[in-house]
Amino acid sequence: MPVQTRSERFTSTAHADFPEVTGREVNWKYTPVAKLGDLIDGELDGSPYEIAYADAAGATVEWLDRTHALVGAAGIPEDRAAANAWTNFEKALHIRLEGDAETLTVVRSTLGGSARAAHTIVSAAKGATGLVVLDSQGDAKLTENVEIVLEDDANVTVVSVQQWDDSALHLASQYARIGHGASLRHIVVSLGGDVVRVNPSAHLAEEGAEAELYGVYFADAGQHLEQQVYVNHDAPHTRSRVTYKGALNGEGAHTVWIGDVLIGRDATGTDTYEQNRNLVLSDGTRADSIPNLEIETGDIEGAGHASATGRFDDEQLFYLQARGIPEDEARRLVVLGFLSEVVQKIGEPVLEARLHEALEDELAAAR
Amino acid sequence: MSTLEIRDLKVSIETDQGTKHILKGVDLTINEGEIHAVMGPNGSGKSTLAYTIAGHPRYNVEGGSITFDGQDVLEMSVDERARAGLFLAMQYPVEIPGVTVTNFLRTAKTAIDGEEPSIRHWGATVKDAMGKLRMDPSFAARNVNEGFSGGEKKRHEILQLELLKPKFAVLDETDSGLDVDALKIVSEGVNRAHEETGLGVLLITHYTRILRYIKPDFVHVFVDGKVAEEGGPELAERLEDEGYDRYLVAQA
Repeated sequence: MPVQTRSERFTSTAHADFPEVTGREVNWKYTPVAKLGDLIDGELDGSPYEIAYADAAGATVEWLDRTHALVGAAGIPEDRAAANAWTNFEKALHIRLEGDAETLTVVRSTLGGSARAAHTIVSAAKGATGLVVLDSQGDAKLTENVEIVLEDDANVTVVSVQQWDDSALHLASQYARIGHGASLRHIVVSLGGDVVRVNPSAHLAEEGAEAELYGVYFADAGQHLEQQVYVNHDAPHTRSRVTYKGALNGEGAHTVWIGDVLIGRDATGTDTYEQNRNLVLSDGTRADSIPNLEIETGDIEGAGHASATGRFDDEQLFYLQARGIPEDEARRLVVLGFLSEVVQKIGEPVLEARLHEALEDELAAAR
Repeated sequence: MSTLEIRDLKVSIETDQGTKHILKGVDLTINEGEIHAVMGPNGSGKSTLAYTIAGHPRYNVEGGSITFDGQDVLEMSVDERARAGLFLAMQYPVEIPGVTVTNFLRTAKTAIDGEEPSIRHWGATVKDAMGKLRMDPSFAARNVNEGFSGGEKKRHEILQLELLKPKFAVLDETDSGLDVDALKIVSEGVNRAHEETGLGVLLITHYTRILRYIKPDFVHVFVDGKVAEEGGPELAERLEDEGYDRYLVAQA
């Protein structure tokens, strides 16, 4: 296999610039590309769509023209499906945070089953704080780009919830650019959908930038849930933590986690740790888990990675059962606890409660 | 009156070097309200006895019996034993990520009692019990054993003992790793449970230190998987002075 540094991977906003997808490429080889032809190469509806949200102080929502300066401010596509979305979107949904903004939840639930493109930008002013939930439900056949732009000292959480109907196909590339002293907490929650692939990248572009990237997913029979995470340490004293946790249950449940961390030449004093943990609940599942660490400077604080895929910890079961809790209830607690560790990071009680319930439902269906 | 009876118990485990026989015929009878100390050198099988009573799957019972008020304990699952009134305070309680102490205690109490505890009283009961064990109220929101210090883990074990109100408790080296203050607090918790509910206690320890705070009615000395000597509290005092050497010499 040719060694290719992640920073040199080809990028373009134009669909035609990418070669045809064969399914053998490093960023497509785990994905069921046969199901995704319409999204990778098909015609896409790029018009604005229906969104629902409640007003939140300090947060504004608007549709921007594709020529706006913010478009492309955080990153541009690395694959043909993302470029197809970029080529075809008409307007970008822009969420702007200023000051200490209230929590904003933007729901899209009526995209429907015809192929479409979307472009979303979350931007935070200097020193702004806030929490944005991008909440996706219903049916969808969607390829999209999401940009997150944090100006200096902003401190923002972005939660991307994929709770689609069973038949949904969804490809997303998310790019964050994190400014001087700014801090992003990014949480990907993928529960529903046929194929859901969310690839978040964080560019720690200036000194003191921080990113915490979390993900939680639960794949049922036949479901494909994928995330290719990329953290680019590109400035001194930047810090990143990546924690993705998933459960798999049922014949053909497939999850993919690829975690690329690049510590660039200028990223002295970097502190990074990434981990992926998968809990296998039945036979017939497949969890691909691939951490990659690329280090171009030796002068760093710390860099580590871990990946583990396994069945239950019997000692945890024993402990709970020794307190009278029956085995099936104990298993439920352990799995929910395992996944809740990520949910607990959201910091939005209503959403946390809803996701707990959704995980309970996934587990109940698993029995 | 409740009685836990252990007869000629033989237990082995599987290791990389093959089957290892650990308990070689143990007899013990504990009545309700009695406190028994099981003492012995490392590797004598004390913890194996504790985990076998609780039903840990690693331990294979090769012979003998454990009965609890006539019921065959060895036929019960781990959770059935707990619901029957047996409790094991563990030496190394495991972390359960994502499960808060509050959620865990309520779930366990519900399982043991067969019904949810009254919402009105339960919160106050837990808070009160935590206060007596000098546990900070913030504990309730933490995940079970996650990031707990050694002393915090042991208090959390005794908290469960006080809240779940079993008939018999096996305390597996609850004193290990505790400073004097923590040892006193934990011992007070055990004594409270003993006085309030007539708890029978099987106290497993290497050292006599904890016996200053929890007074045993009977002392059993374990050596090489068997009871080598039995007696009253005076036996513990002799061990304090003489250690286990004379048993090991006799064995050699």
